[in-house]
Parts: sequence; structure tokens; C-alpha cells
Amino acid sequence: MIVRFFHQMGSPRYFYGVAGKLIPWFMVSFLITLVVGLYYGLFVAPPDYQQGESYRIMYIHVPAAWMSMFIYVVMAVSGLISLVWRIKMTEVIVISSATVGASFTFLALATGSLWGKPMWGTWWVWDARLTSELLLLFLYLGIIALHSAIEDKRVAARAVSILALVGVVNIPIIHYSVEWWNTLHQPASITKFGKPSMDMSMLIPLLTMAISFKLYYGAVVLMRARAEIVERERNSRWVQDLVEQEAK
Amino acid sequence: MSTLSLTSAFTLLLKRDMTLAYRRRAELVNPLLFFVLVTAMFPLGIGNDPKLIEAVGPGVIWVAALLAALLSLDAMFRSDYDDGSLEQFMLSAHPVSILVLAKVLAHWLVTGLPLFIAAPLLAVLLNIPGDAIPTLMLTLILGTPVLSLIGSVGVALTVGLRRGGVILSLLILPLYVPVLIFATDAVKTAIVGIPTTAQLSILSAMLVGSLVLAPLATAASLRISLS
Repeated sequence: MIVRFFHQMGSPRYFYGVAGKLIPWFMVSFLITLVVGLYYGLFVAPPDYQQGESYRIMYIHVPAAWMSMFIYVVMAVSGLISLVWRIKMTEVIVISSATVGASFTFLALATGSLWGKPMWGTWWVWDARLTSELLLLFLYLGIIALHSAIEDKRVAARAVSILALVGVVNIPIIHYSVEWWNTLHQPASITKFGKPSMDMSMLIPLLTMAISFKLYYGAVVLMRARAEIVERERNSRWVQDLVEQEAK
Repeated sequence: MSTLSLTSAFTLLLKRDMTLAYRRRAELVNPLLFFVLVTAMFPLGIGNDPKLIEAVGPGVIWVAALLAALLSLDAMFRSDYDDGSLEQFMLSAHPVSILVLAKVLAHWLVTGLPLFIAAPLLAVLLNIPGDAIPTLMLTLILGTPVLSLIGSVGVALTVGLRRGGVILSLLILPLYVPVLIFATDAVKTAIVGIPTTAQLSILSAMLVGSLVLAPLATAASLRISLS
């Protein structure tokens, strides 16, 4: 049963159909959680006693930062699967995720910088988290660049999978070395609000936004995967039939 | 082929690469010259305040070493890829990762080691106190092999590309960050006069880790690049 499921999901044609059915569900639930999360985050949740209203950018910033790491792990896992079992669909997932992941990383950096200007008085500090997030963005960009440089897309996907795996081994090392570097050279002059001390009225919108972003990622990655599949399989019979149907 | 043991295959490949490098002596000097020139540019750019130069010295030397390593990396598999010998390595009965290790070692001997030898001179130019120079050299001898090892993965991924150079730097530089941080930190700590065992231990751990893992990733990448 499970084997059959994975076997079917490995077939581009089947995956294309299932993904097409799933996308609307992802989209609708993304929009619902987005509206609920934003409403509760921006209007219902109380202002922070220290930061006032400007802490609310957190409802975009924190989920985006979570997504940037989550997507990289998804890429590495699907990269491993595609290298070991040569499953075409996980290859497609790896590369479809890269751009979304890079966008979330950029979003996290940009919103963090917007928040940092009024709070810290500067757009950028070489803080450990900021620096490792920036390096994560570079890793994403490297993956995208490598994928676009290799013409044969199957080869490109496997090369990118290796790179994602090398990156995932390195991310903890990079993160801790940056943290160590920072704590040695720059005392913690900025106190971040600790997560456990967060009030439920702020935490729940945050978690809703996190779920919302995950759903968005699900929808977009499936869309991109479908586009990638059609491009890869453009010489196969079923894609040509599909195009003919669309043309009618 | 089957009579050739793994050890002799390793030494043969190493000897071959060293001979090839020796025959092209003029190219050997280039990364070293680049290293010296980049380092010399920094005081010109930031001014000749001795205090300032001393403060940025370790960082400058290491960033220059990073760039020099990056510059020379592309040559690691290039000529073997062009003349097809890389495919012969893939077809040989020996594990590719071990052969890769021989090539990386040869590459380090001709590019990393000269940096190590030139470093004391540059350290003097950048006002790094004499007491810290042994630490600088230690970080270089532990760190530059890591650069070659991690770099080999990137080169293996980009060897088939026409304009691999720029992409290579994008792939590799973020991965070099830990080495840069710990190496420069060790030198800075040594300048102040505090023991640097912690940083050097971590650098050694990175060397051992990359020694084990990088050749495997490089071998897998080469197989993909040649497919």
C-alpha cells in the first residue's frame, strides 16, 4: 500500500494530477490562516510593553525565518532521497523549493532590518543570527546559480542535491561558529524578547502565521513542481495531450 | 590494473600531479603573488595607521588566503577534465574518493603550502607581533587543507561548466566562513597573549571532518559532472 503510494507519486504524470488537485486546498487554507493570523496579530494582540506597535513585524519576520530553515531541510532531505533512490519527483521538489526558500530568507532579512532601524537604531548589525541568515541566503543563491548553469536539468538536480547536503552539514557549523565569533567580539548589547516569556495572545497569531506560511510554501512548491514537470516531460505523450486539451 | 594497489595508485597520482605542476612552474607562482598583492592592497586602502593595520592584519591575511585558494581551485580538475583523464580515474578499480584525496593533496602542496611559507613575511608587513606568528602559521597549516578539501566539492560540481568560476565562488565562500572565523580568532587571541588551544582544536576538528567527508562528496559530484 505505502510502497504503491510512493511508486505512484514517483511518476510525473500522477504527481502532476495530484498536485493540481492539492493546490486549491493549500491556497484556500493559506488564505484563511493568513487573514486570521494577520487580523489577530495586527489588531487583536496587545502592543508590546517595551516595543509598542513595531514588534508586530514579528508576525511576518519570525515565520519567514523559520521557513527559510525549514525549506533548506526539506531540500536536503529530498536531495538525499533523489540521490539514493533516483526518484524524479524529489529532484523536482529540491529545485522548486530553492527560489521559495531564498525569498523567505530575503524576507526575513528585510523585515528584520526594517525592525532593527527603529529598535536598534541601525539597519544591520553583525549579530550571530543575522549573519547566519545572510549566509543561508548565499547558500540558496549558490544552489539557484548552479541549477541554472547546468543545462541538463536531471544532472543539475543531482548536482544541486549534493550541494544542499553539503550545505546542511555545514549550516550548524556555520551557525555555531558565527555565534561563537559574535559572543567573543561583541557583548550582547541588545536584548531580544525571549520566546518562552511571550504571552499566549501574541503566540497564537504567530503560530497561525507560521502555519499559513507553510501552507503557502506547499501551494507554491507544488505549482513550481508542476511547471518543472511539464517542462521536463514536454516530449512525452501525456504532456502533449494536456497541451492540446488546454488549447481547445 | 588489478595488480596496482591502492597505495601505489595514490602515490602515482600524487607524483603525476606534482610533476605536472613542476613543469608549469610559472603558473605555480600566480596564487602566491595574488596572495601577497591582495595583502599589500589593504594597508594602501585603509591607511597606514600601525594600530589599525595590526588590528585587521589576521583578517586580511586570511581573507587573502581564502581568495588565493579560490583562484587556484578551478585548476584542480580542469586539465584532467579537458583531456579525459578524469574519466579514466572514474573507470579505475580504486575508490574515486581516495584518488580525489591524492589530487587534493597535490593541489594543497602547490597552492596551500606556499601561502604557509609566505605568511611570516606578510605578518611582519602587517605589524603582527612576532609571538603571534607561530599561531598564524599553525592556523594556516590546519586551515588551508580544509579550504582545498571543501573547495574540491565545489570544483567537482562546476568542472563541466563553461563559466564555472563565478559560480564556484558563490558555492564555496559561505562554506569557508567557519575556517575564517576560527583561524583569525586564534591569531587575534594570540596577539593578546591568551592560549589558543580551543580555536586550534576546532580547526583540527574541521580538518579531520572535511578529510573524511569532503572526498566522498567530491567523488559523487565528479560522477554527476561526468555523467
